[in-house]
Amino acid sequence: MSMTPTNENVIPLIKKESIIALLERGTRSDGRKFTDYRPLSITLGYAKKADGSALVKLGDTTVLAGVKVEEDEPYPDTPNQGNLVVNAELLPLAYETFEPGPPDENAIELSRVVDRSLRDSKAVDLSGLVIEPGKKVWTVWVDISVLDYGGNVLDACTIAAVAALYDAKLPKVVRENDNIIIQKEEKVTPLPIKYPVVTVSVAKIGKFLVVDPDLEEEGIMDAKISFSYIPSGNIVGIQKSGEGSFSQQEVEVAEGMASATSQKLLEELKSLIGIGKGES
Amino acid sequence: MITVLQVQKPKLILDDGRRLDGRRPDELRPMKMEIGVLKNADGSSLVEVGNTKIIAAVYGPREMHPRHLALPNRATLRVRYHMTPFSTDERKSPVPSRREIELSKVIREALESSILVEQFPRSSIDVFMEVIQADAGTRLASLMAASLAVVDAGIPVKDVIAAVAVGKADGVVVLDLNEPEDMWGEADMPVAMLPSLGQITLIQLNGNMTQQEFKQGLELAYKGISTIYNLEKEVLRNKFAEIHEEGS
Repeated sequence: MSMTPTNENVIPLIKKESIIALLERGTRSDGRKFTDYRPLSITLGYAKKADGSALVKLGDTTVLAGVKVEEDEPYPDTPNQGNLVVNAELLPLAYETFEPGPPDENAIELSRVVDRSLRDSKAVDLSGLVIEPGKKVWTVWVDISVLDYGGNVLDACTIAAVAALYDAKLPKVVRENDNIIIQKEEKVTPLPIKYPVVTVSVAKIGKFLVVDPDLEEEGIMDAKISFSYIPSGNIVGIQKSGEGSFSQQEVEVAEGMASATSQKLLEELKSLIGIGKGES
Repeated sequence: MITVLQVQKPKLILDDGRRLDGRRPDELRPMKMEIGVLKNADGSSLVEVGNTKIIAAVYGPREMHPRHLALPNRATLRVRYHMTPFSTDERKSPVPSRREIELSKVIREALESSILVEQFPRSSIDVFMEVIQADAGTRLASLMAASLAVVDAGIPVKDVIAAVAVGKADGVVVLDLNEPEDMWGEADMPVAMLPSLGQITLIQLNGNMTQQEFKQGLELAYKGISTIYNLEKEVLRNKFAEIHEEGS
């Protein structure tokens, strides 16, 4: 059962008024313009036991994504595809009101939105994860831990998942006659990932729309809308969240802001994780 | 060795431009709505969209238990979207899935912006939806059923919610997806609105669309929503006209 939240992220009225006063003057409390993203940094290979990992810092937000691959049987309805599983956790060390326990609705929504963006974009070529058709495939687990909850965790999680997937290597598979030998120690083959995906969130605060809200902005926003994009410019996911609503015009304006930001963000992501340009 | 029959993607748009169920791309499925279908609930409704069938019930506003969870300035909404085990082709476990938990959240958030929650401080409004038959579009049919049940319970709202999904099937932007289009189509975008306020309270996208298709999809959704909204108003008007006649 989903319940109106009671205790999260309370912002003092005086703070709220000052944020709105700044927005009326066309700026934000950290000096950003409405369409500016916060500084982004990515550390690949942060967790050495993972097959691929990425620590992502986006302003005050920190998330860590780790990829693990396992041999598995394919699902009966997709004998020629590997599996991709995304999970995100809002850890109790990330924020004062978070508690240990099974994922709540926020964590579940977060994982599912990241999962859909990766899946619907077809960024990961699942047919490239087959070891033996109908019998043996790779299951790719993408687990994302939110370490510091500093606003716009969703965008950071998509970036971390994509970066960790680019960082990941599959074990070497040797075929001798009819035998398939998997050399677990030799992780050499990159994952079949074709292009990066990004999610760009736009918060609505009163009559203003701002890209990449920080924690205080999220505390006073009416609602949020997130768009996912691939390098071709196609939209591969949308999720509106929060208790407020958007006018028809606001949805289109937000999409325009997100779309423009996504192209810059994709370039930044590519250069931070060192993948070649000219891919689509 | 197990042999698996792989179901092939059917052609979703036929040669005459019609869809598998005979509709044109901009045509809605037949809809049926009824309110006051349950005796005990304060408000209830039954919504059918094509073969999708939903029952919703509302209890409240009532005292919030446990009391320490009550909000001092508004009502708390407690919302559950649930599928009956027999609503799908394969039996679905009655334990709430991750999908049902996410949908309960997005449906609650959509309802939050329609109900005048400030009028009922310290109380709770509980909304329950049961999917009886799932055949594409259950989240939106459930949301509409919930919104109608809220109105049936006499709870003041800014507007009743009308909703429809648009999507892309074989490259064509289509209104109100059916099950094959939901399963095999390239995109599914549910949209819910407070129509007379022009406010969008729920929007999601599953799939892949160009910016142009997204805009085209939104326009198509607005068109469908205005038709559905008229139907909802008619259902409510009929019911309350009946009550008015009984009273006089």
